[in-house]
Amino acid sequence: MSFETKLNDGIFCIPKCDDCKKIVWPPADLCNHCFGNVSLKEGEFEGKIIEFSSKENLYFCLVEFEKTFRIIATILKTPDVGQSVKISKCGIIGGDYFFEVN
Amino acid sequence: MNKVGIVGYGITPFTKDDKKIESILIDSVKELFKNNSDINRNDVDAVLVSTNNNSKYLSPILSEMIGIQPKIAHSIENLCNSGTNSIVSAYSYIASGLADMVLVSGAERYDSPGSVLEWDVSRGEYKHPIFWSSIFTKSYKRKYNISEERLSMVSVKNHKQAKENPNALSNRVFTIGDVINSKQLTDDLRLLDCSRPCTGSASIILGTEEKVKKLSKEPIWITGIGQKTTSAGFTKNISFTSMDSTKQAVDTALKMSKKTITNIDVVELHDAFSVCEPLALESLGFSEDGTGVDLVKELYDTNNFKINPRGGLIGCGHPLGATGIAQTIEITQQLQSNANKRQVDNAKVGLIHNMSAAATSSTVLILEK
Ligand SMILES: [Zn+2]
Repeated sequence: MSFETKLNDGIFCIPKCDDCKKIVWPPADLCNHCFGNVSLKEGEFEGKIIEFSSKENLYFCLVEFEKTFRIIATILKTPDVGQSVKISKCGIIGGDYFFEVN
Repeated sequence: MNKVGIVGYGITPFTKDDKKIESILIDSVKELFKNNSDINRNDVDAVLVSTNNNSKYLSPILSEMIGIQPKIAHSIENLCNSGTNSIVSAYSYIASGLADMVLVSGAERYDSPGSVLEWDVSRGEYKHPIFWSSIFTKSYKRKYNISEERLSMVSVKNHKQAKENPNALSNRVFTIGDVINSKQLTDDLRLLDCSRPCTGSASIILGTEEKVKKLSKEPIWITGIGQKTTSAGFTKNISFTSMDSTKQAVDTALKMSKKTITNIDVVELHDAFSVCEPLALESLGFSEDGTGVDLVKELYDTNNFKINPRGGLIGCGHPLGATGIAQTIEITQQLQSNANKRQVDNAKVGLIHNMSAAATSSTVLILEK
């Protein structure tokens, strides 16, 4: 199952290398460290808000997971830098990934 | 390594025109040969086209349109710094002896597909450049306690300078009030903080020492080149208050030219958004961290055109594939004391800073008389 198939089902996974155990981000079939195979780990991952801004009163924030990789996600409540968040919604709309945290 | 310099250049006004990419491309090439009648087109042995346009085979097409049969002809794309990447490729062909004269021609349409990097899925639905620039702006304002008013001086200064540039998209001046009251795009970005996509073209011919001495009355040499790509994705940047790739590129370029940053008299830097100018000034080494905006204000107050004399990307518009070439032409004109009302006094050494995709890739060039 690919990261994208899972994401399309609303499940956020973290891709990890079977050999060197490093997180492979952005998601890929091949580890960018050792070229090993990549497996998906499901879970309730906690991220930290690095920075945020807003567009038309909708906040978007840069969130770091596992001290390794970052995404830009929507957040409905007023965010704070350093705040801990979890993925509350994700998927693919019109070909674009989307992430929401709270 | 052979010495490489600038033989001639041509540039036409940046517009919002809806024209075919081939016609846009030919505009500045025609201007180049019109202004440099001593150049024999048949001596051009490589043609490089810099663009993000999806049309294929543009270098052979351009070559056929101007009636030449070069040895080397191909396109170069690297989003917003395609232009300087093409110049570096031209330099390499000449320095290695594979070519004696290379025509580098950049062109873009206002609706370029190069504005959005679809691959960068970490940005989620926030793929448009206004989102990465909002994150940079917020981080910069937060870390150094910079107000929107102080940052807006970048746009005020660059529009003022663009007014003296007949090829710039903008010919209006704006006040700080105009900038901070212009259309709000995000909480941290106004319309006048942004460079605008536009239609434009710029062409330059590089040559061997022999060609440059023969064909240019005022030879200008490329003495330093530095490039660094740290990632493709915005979220991989190690800092959102500086430009890591720029720091590494400028270090390489200065070493190659045996110069220090204090030797630089005039600069074109990549102000895709207001925040990019202080970030670049600091990362290039012109200002201490958090003080780039003070330098911008000082230059404005003293009517000093040292930084972005042509008006930068904010004043000129940003036809992606043409931008790096247009920047290089401006610095060439400055060093040739040929920049009219934009002229920086006694300019002997110039620097070009051109970057891509939220500073994930930077090119720095050093030019000298
Ligand atoms: Zn691995």
